[in-house]
Amino acid sequence: MTGSNMWTDGNMLAGPLHDIFLPDVTAAVVGCRNCGWTGAMAEVRVFDHAPGVVVRCATCDEVLLRLVRGPGRAWLDMRGLNYVQLPMANET
Amino acid sequence: MGTVSPGFRGRRGRPSANLPPGQYLVEDFPVLSAGPTPRIDLDTWEFTITNETGERQRWSWDAFRALPSEAPTVDIHCVTKWSKLGTSWEGVSLDTLLEGVETSASFALAESYGGYTTNLPLEDLLDGKAWVAFRFGGEDLEPIHGGPARLLVPHLYFWKSAKWVRGIRLLDQDEPGFWESLGYHNYGDPWREQRYWGD
Amino acid sequence: MARAAVLGRLSWRAAQVLEVRHESASARTLVLDLPEWPGHLPGQHVDVRLTAEGGYQAQRSYSIASAPDGSRVELTVERLADGEVSPYLTDELRPGNLLELRGPIGGWFVWRSGDTDPVLLLGGGSGVVPLMAMVRTRAANGSTIPMRLVYSTRTPDTVLYGDELRRLAERDPTLRVELVYTRRAPEGREGPVGRLDAARLATLAWPPADRPASFVCGPTGFVEAVADLLVDQGYAPEQIKTERFGPTGS
Repeated sequence: MTGSNMWTDGNMLAGPLHDIFLPDVTAAVVGCRNCGWTGAMAEVRVFDHAPGVVVRCATCDEVLLRLVRGPGRAWLDMRGLNYVQLPMANET
Repeated sequence: MGTVSPGFRGRRGRPSANLPPGQYLVEDFPVLSAGPTPRIDLDTWEFTITNETGERQRWSWDAFRALPSEAPTVDIHCVTKWSKLGTSWEGVSLDTLLEGVETSASFALAESYGGYTTNLPLEDLLDGKAWVAFRFGGEDLEPIHGGPARLLVPHLYFWKSAKWVRGIRLLDQDEPGFWESLGYHNYGDPWREQRYWGD
Repeated sequence: MARAAVLGRLSWRAAQVLEVRHESASARTLVLDLPEWPGHLPGQHVDVRLTAEGGYQAQRSYSIASAPDGSRVELTVERLADGEVSPYLTDELRPGNLLELRGPIGGWFVWRSGDTDPVLLLGGGSGVVPLMAMVRTRAANGSTIPMRLVYSTRTPDTVLYGDELRRLAERDPTLRVELVYTRRAPEGREGPVGRLDAARLATLAWPPADRPASFVCGPTGFVEAVADLLVDQGYAPEQIKTERFGPTGS
């Protein structure tokens, strides 16, 4: 395991972020506030060998999102995202 | 607690009386990282101390390595619950680095290549409590463990021992770092189990 | 059922191990029974959690290998030499044991049987597992949507599902399976040995004009290299879905 490969992709966010957001986020479209990249959340770089989950843009490496789980609470910082576009059921 | 998996031991050993509350002893040296391992060229590496008025002291790698160094053996405790006892390092004491620095600041912010930051009171860097370490276990510090140089502050949880450190800012006002701004305890004393805000 | 599979509540539950099946020297398939399993889409995974006496927990994600089949779910686990979780799953788990997991998880790297585009699956090593779920689901549904699986593996001894893939391809002309051996091929087999390259991929991949859906899965290096090759062949990034098995897969 090489040091620079400590990341996997956003497909694994579906588990930890499901506790926060009910709809699956891996199909969500997100935008990087730093470089403007947009794409599926499944395509981001997730560093989770850390005291928290750190999500970085695959294009510019800037932090998109951070998640810390503590006993009885979680902290979520999404300042690195321009937006999150979530697939939802159609409303009639 | 989840369903116990019969026979599963995991990498972590048993808790021990010598350890802070909630910690387990490990034999390996787990690698934790909030981002990719920065590629740092020793020709351009610098360590900078900036005081509260903006004055700077800067060392190149050669100048840094020419400073007197020490070989502390210390216990380290990660907030993710693993601990290693009796780890051996070589590094330059922050007492040495701060010797020529005039300051009345109370706080420090360590900054790293790659953007990571962590904060602590200035007094927690003094009096033999902290080093900028460049060797571990008798070998040059590997990049995945923070090489060429990392901060080493063993009396606090190990997220304060910033890997790939590039400098310390001395501040009049405390500034929470990367993890301290998102739920991790501002001080982080393992013996009082200060892991998260409010602990 | 698809909606429940993607939007349902995710809670930890205990699966019962029915069987531990030998797939290769280092891989085992865990056959699990999960009452009230809501079904799943091929490509989805589960999170598995192990708890030691004293409370220490370790958690990993594993792709579902099987097509939906009532309460039965199969996971194929590759034992990693210095893994913390995988050796327990391949060597210690016995029929009758309980295994805690949650799922199904993931709504992006999935294939839906209703999709009409031809499908290109590219798997490296254990990256073939979620792709096998897609092959099996398609077969179970009697679908004739054209599907090609390109499976890169080191030697004949490291192949997973070899016999089953051979049988499925033999009886179904709309399914094509191509094995790429990177270190050693079976005796007597013609063709190059080595990593998948642009020339070989060009003979295997659908032309971009056919609007294929492609799924690439495996170690990060494999996925990055193959995704680049597909882009070089004219695939639009939207046509390529990737899942990287990073260092968390131990």
